[in-house]
Amino acid sequence: MPSTSTKPPRLTGERLHAGYESRRVLDGVDLAVAEGKLTVLLGPNGSGKSTLLKTLARTHAPSAGRVCLDGEDIHHRNTREVAQRLGILPQGPTAPEGLTVRQLVGMGRFPHQRLWRQDAEQDARAIREAMAYADVTDLAERSVDALSGGQRQRCWIAMVLAQQTDLILLDEPTTFLDLKVQVDLLELLSRLAHEHGRTLLLVLHDLNLAAAYADQLVMMRDGRIERRGSPAEVFTAANLKTVFDLDAHVIRDPHSGQPVCVPRRSGAKTPQRHPEGQLP
Amino acid sequence: MLTGRFSRIAGLLLGLVVVALAFAASVMLGSTKIAPPTFAQALLHYDPSRVAHIIILKERLPRAVIAALVGASLAMAGVLMQTVTRNPLASPSILGINAGAMFFVVIAVSLLPLHTPAQYVWAALLGALVAAGLVVALSRGRQGELSSLRVVLAGVAITAMFVSFSQGLLIIDQQSFESVLYWLAGSVSGRELSLVVPLLPFFASALVLCVLLVRHANALLLDDDMVKGLGMPASAIKLLLGLAVILLAGSSVALAGMIGFVGLIVPHMARGLFGVDHRWLLPACALLGASLLLLADVASRFLMAPQDVPVGVMTALIGTPFFIYLARRTQA
Amino acid sequence: MTHAAFLTSSGNTSDDADRARYRRVTTLLGLLLLASMTLSLSLGSFPTSIDQVVHALVAPQNSDIAFIVWELRLPRILLAVLVGAALAIAGAILQGIVRNPLASPDVIGITSGAAMAAVVFLALFTTSLSIHWLPAAALLGALLSALLVFLLAWRHGITPTRMVLVGIGLSAAMSAVTTLVIVISDDSSAMVAYVWLTGSLYAAQWQDVLGIMPWLLVAVPLCLTQARQMDAMALGDQVAQGLGVNVLRSRLLLMACSVALAGAAVAFAGGLSFVGLIAPHIAARLVGRSFTRLAPIAGLVGALIVLYADLLGRVAFLPKDLPAGIFVSGVGAPFFVYLLHRTRADTRG
Repeated sequence: MPSTSTKPPRLTGERLHAGYESRRVLDGVDLAVAEGKLTVLLGPNGSGKSTLLKTLARTHAPSAGRVCLDGEDIHHRNTREVAQRLGILPQGPTAPEGLTVRQLVGMGRFPHQRLWRQDAEQDARAIREAMAYADVTDLAERSVDALSGGQRQRCWIAMVLAQQTDLILLDEPTTFLDLKVQVDLLELLSRLAHEHGRTLLLVLHDLNLAAAYADQLVMMRDGRIERRGSPAEVFTAANLKTVFDLDAHVIRDPHSGQPVCVPRRSGAKTPQRHPEGQLP
Repeated sequence: MLTGRFSRIAGLLLGLVVVALAFAASVMLGSTKIAPPTFAQALLHYDPSRVAHIIILKERLPRAVIAALVGASLAMAGVLMQTVTRNPLASPSILGINAGAMFFVVIAVSLLPLHTPAQYVWAALLGALVAAGLVVALSRGRQGELSSLRVVLAGVAITAMFVSFSQGLLIIDQQSFESVLYWLAGSVSGRELSLVVPLLPFFASALVLCVLLVRHANALLLDDDMVKGLGMPASAIKLLLGLAVILLAGSSVALAGMIGFVGLIVPHMARGLFGVDHRWLLPACALLGASLLLLADVASRFLMAPQDVPVGVMTALIGTPFFIYLARRTQA
Repeated sequence: MTHAAFLTSSGNTSDDADRARYRRVTTLLGLLLLASMTLSLSLGSFPTSIDQVVHALVAPQNSDIAFIVWELRLPRILLAVLVGAALAIAGAILQGIVRNPLASPDVIGITSGAAMAAVVFLALFTTSLSIHWLPAAALLGALLSALLVFLLAWRHGITPTRMVLVGIGLSAAMSAVTTLVIVISDDSSAMVAYVWLTGSLYAAQWQDVLGIMPWLLVAVPLCLTQARQMDAMALGDQVAQGLGVNVLRSRLLLMACSVALAGAAVAFAGGLSFVGLIAPHIAARLVGRSFTRLAPIAGLVGALIVLYADLLGRVAFLPKDLPAGIFVSGVGAPFFVYLLHRTRADTRG
């Protein structure tokens, strides 16, 4: 674990209210995303995690409250300038047919390019580095829609990396992937935070992976933040019961000391993983 | 949108009532008004010496039957087409049905001595089948699989080809242009019931296909891999549903000419009201399509009386405001 | 982010190959267009040789040939090229925005609006106004109907789906009115209207070329400035927003370009909209879907299609001069069918 930095947060949400049409989803949320850390949003389906992420990423407008990036209201800033500092990967993105990996990653350079001013050299370097970091260099000429789920997700992450932003927001980047692939992705993301000083905010569904990789956990329920803090502080059986209505033991991994939850079977409660968006 | 079993059943029943009322209006209203007792009399004790009876049996009744049949068929064909191609812009005409029918009718008129709607029927049906067959043949991949995109593209190409050939013939041969102009605009008048009878097997077998495949049609709302995962042969389903579309729309075009709008727009209306489940959607389409075409046909008699306005025109004029109201409500 | 940068070879080979291919296709199509224009200039009811035509072009004199070349054929050929390019680019824009291969300027009511206005004009106003007002009427119809589609589809912003739904609905209604007017008007003006709907460049004049020119000069560069935004939007609205694209503004700008291009083209040449549907598909098969490359190639392809369609209409059935619209589909569709057939193995369609 890196030493705790005391840098002031750059991305904050203040008293955020948001919703869709008549349905209210966020109900007065305050959140400051910790600098240089990996923060994970947790919560049951429909708790408002994704909406909070989208609102912070300015792809969803709040009905009240404001989102500030470097002290300025994000909705009043030039969207391209924001994109130079903040990257977002939405849930389940789809690439058009025939788009190659290199082309997709190249799209990440958009905010740094102008019609009359493009630094081809710098763009090429950023694309190369992003592909290498996400380990998709070998796939560069393949078409994105022909890749496996894990490969495809790494390509999208490479695209966000090519954007070279300090802040990166990802909505369920590991859903539908093998456990091994999920672990690889989270290793990659946590290296970004801890070795390169990026600030990451993720929505995750897997409680144990969240506890293992997050520096900060934010637990949501019914459009409010119920608990927040380090996994050691908030990943407790009592909190899991309150936030998720989940009966589970929380034990410690004998090697790392990290908390791990084990669902209590006899109660036959809902299983802990039920990815959103799965077809009925 | 109607949710819940009860409100949907109520909706369908209401639709049935509307169809019945529109049918009655179609028989009774026009330049000669027919009273309900006369209608009953004409059916039970037909008297060929009474003008009213002749009007009912030779003109009004066939007209109403054809309007209801064609409206229902085109709307059902439309929704199936949009499901098979997974494209909200698709309509039966995408399969080349209208264009093929048009081309063969134009040939029949300009090169063969055929001049009445009754004689167009078989030419139109043949044309519809030929064009749709070409589209399907062209859109099959190497392994015989049907990709929605290819169906659409092949359909567009074949349609354009037949339309341009017909346009060429029409512009060269102006006389036939005048005689098919009304057919091109679509009409349900001036056809006798005897014309419908030979086409009934087509409609009936299409209906059987629809009933048998309604669950499979629902599965097509998912992607092809998912359909296969559910243990269904996606390409075979598409092919059979496509066959139903060809039968429904081909016979309709043969009977009534080029009636647009119903096949494209009514499915969207029905979806706006009943959702995407074909078990509700197909009957809803049939009822909406039938009542729309019946009402449009009645209205077309009065808009510029004594001249009949082409029913296809009237359909669009009546249907558009309602459709745009529904379209504005879409969230997406 | 210097991690493992040295591990990767420069490896931009496929990018370079793409670029080379794009240059090759552009050059080839450009040369083909020039050659075709020259060929088209020399063909017609009055036989002229290419020599004579080139001579008349370089050193215009007061001869019959100079008159035929300069006043009859050249404006018509230029108009064909401009109309084809405009429709093709308008179609490419719409297919990109709507993300639907069936989209064409028809779906947002441009063509049907223009057609309705033109047909109403032919039926009601030809006695009081000169036929020269027809393009203006058609253009007005196109712009008004596009505006109406926008207004009706607007609800806290505009989404492609809603716009298309409203567009096809309104198009259906306007086509219905068009049919109605044709059916009730007398036979001769019905025929004129029908020819107009088919799409024709008959009797094109320099003032037509000058009339359509400004629209292309403004709209084509403008839509090219939005090319990269268009590519980003192909990844979905949220990704595009995340990349810093002002989605609403870009979309409106692109739509406006498309309306201007298609509206102007339809106004001067009638219903040739099949070009707008087919040229982008052909271009995508040649150079891929990146809009920066797709738009110019689509423009060239569209220009070639209309040029040849008009040439065939002029010379294939002499002495008849048939509308180009017949041949746009008559030539374009079989070619498209061939392309489809050739790419059978390509599961992407």
